[in-house]
Amino acid sequence: MTEFKEVTSPFCGIGTDDLTVQVDNLSVTVTENGCSMNSPAFELGITDTSPRVGGKEVDLDTAYHKAAELLSQTSQPVIGGCATDVNGMRALLSLADQSGAVVDHQGFNSARYNILTMQESGWINTTLAELKNRCDVLLVVGTDIEATYPRFYELFVWCQEAMFLEQSSDREIIILGKHPQGKTVISPTGKHPHVLDCSDAALPEVLSILRALLKNRPVKSTEVGGISLPELQLVADKLKQANYGVATWSAAALEHQHADLTVQTICELVKDLNHDTRFAGLPLGGRQGDQTAHQVSGWTTGYPARVRFSSGFPEYDPYLYDTEFMLDNGEADLLLWVQSLDTESAQPPTLVPTIVIGRSGMQFQKEPDVFIPVGVPGIDHSGHAYRLDSVVAIRLKQLRDSGLPSTADVLSAIQLAL
Amino acid sequence: MLTKLSGGIVFDPANGVNGKQMDIYIQDGRIIKQPDDARIDTEYNIDGKIVMAGAIDLHTHIGGGKGNIARILMPENHRDDPVARTSITRSGTGHCMPSTHITGYRYAEMGYTAGFEPAVLPVNARQAHMEMADIPILDKGGYIMLGSDDYLLRMLTARKDQQAINDYVAWTLRASQGLGIKVVNPGGISAFKFNQRKLDLDEQHSHYNVSPRDILKALTMAVKQLGIPHPLHVHGCNLGVPGNLQTTLDTINAVDSLPMHLTHIQFHSYGTEGDFKFSSGAAQIAEAVNNNPNISLDVGQIMFGQTVTASGDSMHQYANHNIANPKKWVCMDIECDAGCGLVPFKYRDQNFVNALQWAIGLEIFLLVDDPWRIFLTTDHPNGAPFTSYPHLIRLLMDQSFRNDMLATIHPEAQKMTTLASIDREYTLEEIAILTRAGAARITGLVHRGSLGEGDWADITVYTDNDDREAMFETPDYVFKDGRLVVKDGEIVDICWGTTHVVRPSYDASVETELTQYFERFMTMKLGNFKISDDELTDDGRGSLTVHPTTGAAS
Repeated sequence: MTEFKEVTSPFCGIGTDDLTVQVDNLSVTVTENGCSMNSPAFELGITDTSPRVGGKEVDLDTAYHKAAELLSQTSQPVIGGCATDVNGMRALLSLADQSGAVVDHQGFNSARYNILTMQESGWINTTLAELKNRCDVLLVVGTDIEATYPRFYELFVWCQEAMFLEQSSDREIIILGKHPQGKTVISPTGKHPHVLDCSDAALPEVLSILRALLKNRPVKSTEVGGISLPELQLVADKLKQANYGVATWSAAALEHQHADLTVQTICELVKDLNHDTRFAGLPLGGRQGDQTAHQVSGWTTGYPARVRFSSGFPEYDPYLYDTEFMLDNGEADLLLWVQSLDTESAQPPTLVPTIVIGRSGMQFQKEPDVFIPVGVPGIDHSGHAYRLDSVVAIRLKQLRDSGLPSTADVLSAIQLAL
Repeated sequence: MLTKLSGGIVFDPANGVNGKQMDIYIQDGRIIKQPDDARIDTEYNIDGKIVMAGAIDLHTHIGGGKGNIARILMPENHRDDPVARTSITRSGTGHCMPSTHITGYRYAEMGYTAGFEPAVLPVNARQAHMEMADIPILDKGGYIMLGSDDYLLRMLTARKDQQAINDYVAWTLRASQGLGIKVVNPGGISAFKFNQRKLDLDEQHSHYNVSPRDILKALTMAVKQLGIPHPLHVHGCNLGVPGNLQTTLDTINAVDSLPMHLTHIQFHSYGTEGDFKFSSGAAQIAEAVNNNPNISLDVGQIMFGQTVTASGDSMHQYANHNIANPKKWVCMDIECDAGCGLVPFKYRDQNFVNALQWAIGLEIFLLVDDPWRIFLTTDHPNGAPFTSYPHLIRLLMDQSFRNDMLATIHPEAQKMTTLASIDREYTLEEIAILTRAGAARITGLVHRGSLGEGDWADITVYTDNDDREAMFETPDYVFKDGRLVVKDGEIVDICWGTTHVVRPSYDASVETELTQYFERFMTMKLGNFKISDDELTDDGRGSLTVHPTTGAAS
């Protein structure tokens, strides 16, 4: 039995690095600071240890050569999933470059709301330590944070000390949209957030009116999305009075069409507030290796992780190079699915030849032509991952010796066999 | 493996060699003296060609988060410059903020063999090193940004002694794996988080009650006492503000003759004269530099065309957001550590201010006397992409070409510059100092930028050509650590450079207080913040080169 302290997590998106983990042979237990995201992800056991070709166990070399053979017979392969660590993404992009593949992170369609906003008009953003030490007014839009980031309020809002606030419990929380289901949003002193319920579909209108109020533009309606204008005016006033406000949202939680325009309105509203005070946005993400994929793709190609290499150079299109869209339209003739973090994110159903580089234990509706189980970065091998604010890269550590290869090892071996 | 380069005309100012025809011998990656009777494995007849060490860019934004934001911000710019893969090179995109592989290829194709990222935020250093690890061929390294980090500002408010500051600086340098220390708008990035919109040299930070002058004094002293070879790398107050000339002169006088490197000084050399209240301060700046041997500088020349400005100076990048072109921009406050701002920019020769900026940069180049203290940069990508260096070299070496260019810019700018009356032309020896010998010396690189016995064989061979742009654009040969990587301006082989660092010693007890600080305020543990050596080397191609500190380190 070995105990590891200050263990970093690639799963939760906030870069948790205070976990205590016990490892007994191959069994992993989170003994301190676990949460409903991290503990199950760390503790999931190893089941598959051998690669399979056509459902039959084979050795690694055979699997590599079969994967290379399938790849070499294609004219437009797609590499989906893309949930791995930095070295995994490096190897993935190298293989894509050589094989003329499309690279597409599985969360791109929601990340696109943020990426399009950034590429169209930009933003003023902040990071977790600024939120923790500085934020006096937190505006949460369309997102029940606790549902997907269980320790968010504990670590970054109701922290014991904040460098520039007398008491962290002095913070004002304003929630626009989904009503929070959990209790961590309530301060330790019992202070409740100011919640203005509305549907996702009403967010564009509510945010636009809020922005108009902030800019002192005339507004004729008396109610928007079920929220009365005086209520919204109160929010506008609180935002203006912030010394350092933060507006946060999770693109993945926004379930209405064209949510990029909603994100853009939030970001423009933040820019407006900076005319007089300081305010910043904080897009929540960091799941399934999304920031890692975008960062590595960014420095390797110039574009976020939805890129096509079949012209011999990277081309970016935020809509056309969507894995499922290409599979459904018969535009792809092979799917290489890379998912070393999560056994429940298996490849989408398709009839084209399929190679899966996946976390051990992945369950399939249809057995892929080639399946190579890989180790998890941060458990089976060391690595690097980005957390949601995309600034901080964490060092992932090896906790056990499972003998499973890393995603980077496997993809490099396939490229070599190609 | 013994290689001989025969008959080249060598410009090696580090060893006092100025245009002498001589042979060079290379073995195991290094230059050796002429062997007595050894068999030559490969000989390159370069009779009459110009030979210099590989060029070194001491200030270029090639690694780190803000550069990557700049990339992702500008898809339309990449579409204009796609780069296809070849049998030995990776694909990517180029122009104003090239992808990492393309950065390495394009630098090497111009004869460069090293580049240094000047703004590594400690909390983002891991990313900076990971990006630079994906830049082929070049050696690299970074200057670690301090001065708006809350830890240092708290120390200054608490009047901690210089020794405590030195320990913190040395510890941060080690934890972030840096070569030098940088300060950007001292205290100003932090002040912006407190809603201050400017911070002059003697203005107080509203929360910490310290001034940029206090910060500069503490950091120049720390760098000196720790024996860090590269002087404190200073991006001063008031970037881009008309009238900042006076701030820059005051800054030069603020550091008690301690070594200080003023970076992209062109952006800090503006007066307020004339009809447009914008004028050149180049003459005064050059005079001050000439009179203060403790000062070195790089220029940050602008070139006309599209680029994206990427700076840690969130305060002034925010102030410039209205002139973004195309109209989109990003600012970030970062981790109680620093910040950044990205503003796309199009410099136009028919815009008075841009045209005069161009002239100011060239005036500074031509009016600073000592080539060992001035360095050739565009502050890539802020003034222009690094690929414009051959053009810049021609502007410096060729007066008639320079005057032809001058005649095409905004007429009012032509009236406001003395450029036409300056007849200096840089010599090949001086270019070799600016881009090789001087750059290696000021950054403390041992056995680089030099072609003496025992030096690493980073060597560039050019065909002499009166068109200096054509000459410096397409070297005949480039060797990196003795290996031929470029022939006739094209990549023929790939290798991976080393990461240069310095490691002044510090009192290990500095971690006691830092650990508490991380526990209370940061979002990661101290142990997870520190970058271990294996993070830079365990990919099997990266390596670390530790350079000696100078003087009396504790």
